[in-house]
Amino acid sequence: MTESVIDIKGLYKTYDSGFSALQDINLSIPKGEIFALLGPNGAGKTTLINTICGIVNPTGGSIRVNGYDVVREFRKAREQIGLVPQELTVEPFAKVFSTVKFSRGVFGKARDDAHVEKVLKDLSLWDKRDTITREISGGMKRRVMIAKALAHEPQVLFLDEPTAGVDVELRRSMWNVVRGLREHGVTIVLTTHYLEEAEQMADRIGVIQNGQIALVEAKTALMDKLGQKRLGVRLAEPLHAVPERLAGYDLTLEDDGRRLVYTYSAHDDRARIQPLMAELDAAGIHYVDIDTQQSSLEEIFVDLVGGNA
Amino acid sequence: MNWHAIKTIYAAEMARTWRTLFQSVVSPIISTSLYFVVFGSAIGSRINEVQGVSYGAFIVPGLIMLSLMTQGISNASFAIYFPKFIGTIYELLSAPISFVEIVISYVGAAATKSAALGLIILGTATLFVDIQIAHPFWMIAFLVLTTVTFSLLGFIIGIWADNFEKLTIIPLLIVTPLTFLGGTFYSLDMLPALWQKITLINPVVYLVSGFRWSFYDTADVSVGLSLGMIGLFLAACIAVVAWIFKTGYRLKS
Repeated sequence: MTESVIDIKGLYKTYDSGFSALQDINLSIPKGEIFALLGPNGAGKTTLINTICGIVNPTGGSIRVNGYDVVREFRKAREQIGLVPQELTVEPFAKVFSTVKFSRGVFGKARDDAHVEKVLKDLSLWDKRDTITREISGGMKRRVMIAKALAHEPQVLFLDEPTAGVDVELRRSMWNVVRGLREHGVTIVLTTHYLEEAEQMADRIGVIQNGQIALVEAKTALMDKLGQKRLGVRLAEPLHAVPERLAGYDLTLEDDGRRLVYTYSAHDDRARIQPLMAELDAAGIHYVDIDTQQSSLEEIFVDLVGGNA
Repeated sequence: MNWHAIKTIYAAEMARTWRTLFQSVVSPIISTSLYFVVFGSAIGSRINEVQGVSYGAFIVPGLIMLSLMTQGISNASFAIYFPKFIGTIYELLSAPISFVEIVISYVGAAATKSAALGLIILGTATLFVDIQIAHPFWMIAFLVLTTVTFSLLGFIIGIWADNFEKLTIIPLLIVTPLTFLGGTFYSLDMLPALWQKITLINPVVYLVSGFRWSFYDTADVSVGLSLGMIGLFLAACIAVVAWIFKTGYRLKS
């Protein structure tokens, strides 16, 4: 069995107002995994992360990080964790190098300028080491926050919306950084609204809704299980309606009848493509091109949360 | 104890002093020097000795106390409020550091800065007037106790404040008036009899009186009472901070 680095059992968080932000969360994340937590706004993603990291007090249940209870053994538990929160929050008057060095010290690690240098170089920040943080761009600030979270060599890195407001190029470079961290054995937990991000990076995906874990599934299995495929057939001659003999297939006409689209589950119905093509031939329907599309994680997610995302 | 964290926060706070040298050091020294010029020289030259001490020298302990209290509050409240305001408090709350260590770091740095400032003002005062220190040990003791107590008060204000107005309202509307009415610039026996009694409600009276006694061996109230009052105030601040630790008030939800 794979060793769990995060182990959450029966976690509840109810605020003084009575609002129940987390309800009976049970989650286990193995070492070295990239785990994406998805959910609509207000679903409880950030509350869950903040509870694990010690910023929010749990109402019930237990959380262990690398075997350490986050309440009773908070020092040992927090030493394992690096957190990059959603908001761009860096000390505006500090230099990049000194703010990253500060983070290392606050997490109880002895001064190690060589490690800080390595982190800054890995994140392409070394040239900015003597720049005041308020003078760097938003994307750079996000990297500084990642550098601060990595300064104490954590085993688990929480990235709460890590690429929000970051341009595509920088986003892709951050993905590479995250993959590099995983190669070094760091477990990554990320929340994101960019489903492409989860699709590109995650090993497993958890969906949280109304403070409850709706599902946890390996990304590929999730897409296989819930994803739909569309087979598009570009017709030589347009059709006015789907022929009666093809009624057994989930077919629609698009593009003024020039494109016949067969929607099927990627998991179950793949075998019916061949009979469909045979039926088209038998019906004398000629086609000039064929393409397939698989539903994105975003479409799956919207289906899962009933369009509330 | 996470000594690395304490050292890191303390050093960062002390480094902030150098980044804001004019605001942190030069400005209070200029303000205090102006008090010397106005009260000590311009007005003081027309006042006879007070409690056997020249008026210029008489006001020095009160002015140092004024600086210790206002700077202790200002340094500590801003130090903890600023990370809350800009959002970097998440780092402290998620770090393997206890609330006690957070207080030691921030209050320690604020107290160090205001104590150093008090000593600088004392040094500056010697340029204007002759100063004796009758009880050096107690002078240092009163100085340290006052800076630590008011830095703790500043820390509490910084946690409580959720906007800049609240950050300044207690120092401006409560501490400064109490200090001015607490015998900084006068001896209590210069007041009418009724006001001599009323003014004893003001806790700052006891601090200024005790501190002045350590300089000139003369006091408005007994030294034991002064020490008792500052001890009481310190205990109250510690109790409030302990409650903040326990509940996570305005820090953790």
